[in-house]
Amino acid sequence: MSAERKTMTINMGPQHPSTHGVLRVVLELDGEQVVNAQPHIGYLHTGIEKTMENKLYYKVIPCTDRMDYLAPMSNNLGYCLAVEKLMGIEVPEKVKWARVCLAELTRIKSHLVWLGTHSIDLGAMTMLLYTFRERESIVDIYEACGGQRMMTTYIRIGGLSKDLPPDFDKLVRKVLETIPSHLRDYEDMLTNNEIFINRTRGVAVISADDAVNYSLTGPMLRGSGVNYDVRKANPYSGYENFDFDIPLGKNGDAYDRYKIRLAEIRQSLRIIQQAIDGMPEGPYRAHVPGVVLPPKEDVLYKMESMIFHFKIITEGFKAPFGAVYQAIESPKGELGYYISSDGSNKPHRVRVRPPSFVNLAVLPKLVEGALFSDVVCAIGSIDIVLGEVDR
Amino acid sequence: MKEIAKALGDVFIQMPKGLLVTFKHLFKKPVTLDYPRKKKPMTPRYRGLHYLERYDDGSERCVCCGLCAAACPADAIYMEPEENEHGERRAKVYEINLLRCIFCGFCEEACPEEAIFLGHEYEFSNDNRNSFIYTKGQMLVPHPRKDKPFKRIYRRIRKVYGVTDKPK
Ligand code: SF4
Ligand code: SF4
Repeated sequence: MSAERKTMTINMGPQHPSTHGVLRVVLELDGEQVVNAQPHIGYLHTGIEKTMENKLYYKVIPCTDRMDYLAPMSNNLGYCLAVEKLMGIEVPEKVKWARVCLAELTRIKSHLVWLGTHSIDLGAMTMLLYTFRERESIVDIYEACGGQRMMTTYIRIGGLSKDLPPDFDKLVRKVLETIPSHLRDYEDMLTNNEIFINRTRGVAVISADDAVNYSLTGPMLRGSGVNYDVRKANPYSGYENFDFDIPLGKNGDAYDRYKIRLAEIRQSLRIIQQAIDGMPEGPYRAHVPGVVLPPKEDVLYKMESMIFHFKIITEGFKAPFGAVYQAIESPKGELGYYISSDGSNKPHRVRVRPPSFVNLAVLPKLVEGALFSDVVCAIGSIDIVLGEVDR
Repeated sequence: MKEIAKALGDVFIQMPKGLLVTFKHLFKKPVTLDYPRKKKPMTPRYRGLHYLERYDDGSERCVCCGLCAAACPADAIYMEPEENEHGERRAKVYEINLLRCIFCGFCEEACPEEAIFLGHEYEFSNDNRNSFIYTKGQMLVPHPRKDKPFKRIYRRIRKVYGVTDKPK
């Protein structure tokens, strides 16, 4: 005689503190065990992709900031690289190095926030306070560069919005000095912490095959031991000049992903060190009349620059007919921008490949048969940003 | 036996190691600020509340060219032009809807007259929506002002255009 199996369906979210925003997961539970988990998304949908179609190319950049708001510079960079590819713009060497430096700072910042929120999900309260303290120093660099702490809009088509600030070097070196010792603190607190290990080791496991089949990218993929990183596979913005390693995991569980993200912070520090030591001199914007805004100093005194300035601002520039795809390695994985142009001054379609969105699709697989409390750990270890998932 | 030793190690070595980090922080200087009383200094490029610049003599820099409105990704700027007593163009109405504004700074970058700037003010909460429509009167810097940040540009523009008569 077989007893009828009874399951219970409950809602986790959209206002659950550990769903990192407004994610709703419909869980089917058999006692404590998860039978099925369905993520429901769209609570933060703002139609950013549609908005982009109605804006001139340069006005799209503030939209990109608002997708993955924890990694604004990566989003700016991805979009600008895509447009530069479409327009065939070659940016000055200094811009490339500065962009790499900023993108890596963004990676550190994003991973720090992840570390704080993930550990607070698992009960380690103090971590969040510590990681936000370190994040502050990076946010200060953002503020010095672009003038805002989160929505920087600093990286522009063909260069940067302003030159690097005079104290950029000093600020970045301070970060390089302070973060390693703090990382050691984090490791003291978490890496060998029995509670943390019990909560993460062997939890939310994904095999290498499954990870590839679900087209996971970023630390989610590398946690399972698959060596794929856009920075190495398809170098962009001069990443081929930098010396760094790709940390890989073995077991594909939440603990490995944690270790990988910490190791990635160390690698990022390495890249930043190289970038800041070898930062070349030069202009901060490419000289492409009619497409890239001339520097502000010129606009005030040179007639020609003034005319281009007016033209670009009022009617933008016309992109050639065609389509491009440009992927970058954002802190969360492969962030791709697909821009199709119909020859006008606005993009015909901008499709974003958001890493969080693609990675989130694996959640049902991660928590299948797991305990209820592991769902929190699984969501945390994916590292989602709902702004990017819903767009 | 091994397991017991490991468990003891976890309890007596690894866990206190983590707690030690927390404990050490008890004696560190706090990194937080006592906010409403103490404020963090803003970097020079900080993008806060807008202000409209004047020439040294007090006349408005803005010529109501509309470039800032064209550059604004949020369509937050509205303006109407007029002429002043010298026949110079200036804004009759200049409004920024701060509820639409995303503080991207595009207006500041677009302005060919160095007229609009994003200042360092960031506390402008209010309890009714109408008060977020900032008018020209609210944004123009007071005159006379103490600092004279754009003297060089002022002289140059005056020289190039040969303007001699001073507006009041
Ligand atoms: S603020 Fe500047 S850009 Fe805007 S209308 Fe005035 S002069 Fe033109
Ligand atoms: S800061 Fe940006 S959104 Fe605000 S008024 Fe200026 S251009 Fe428009």
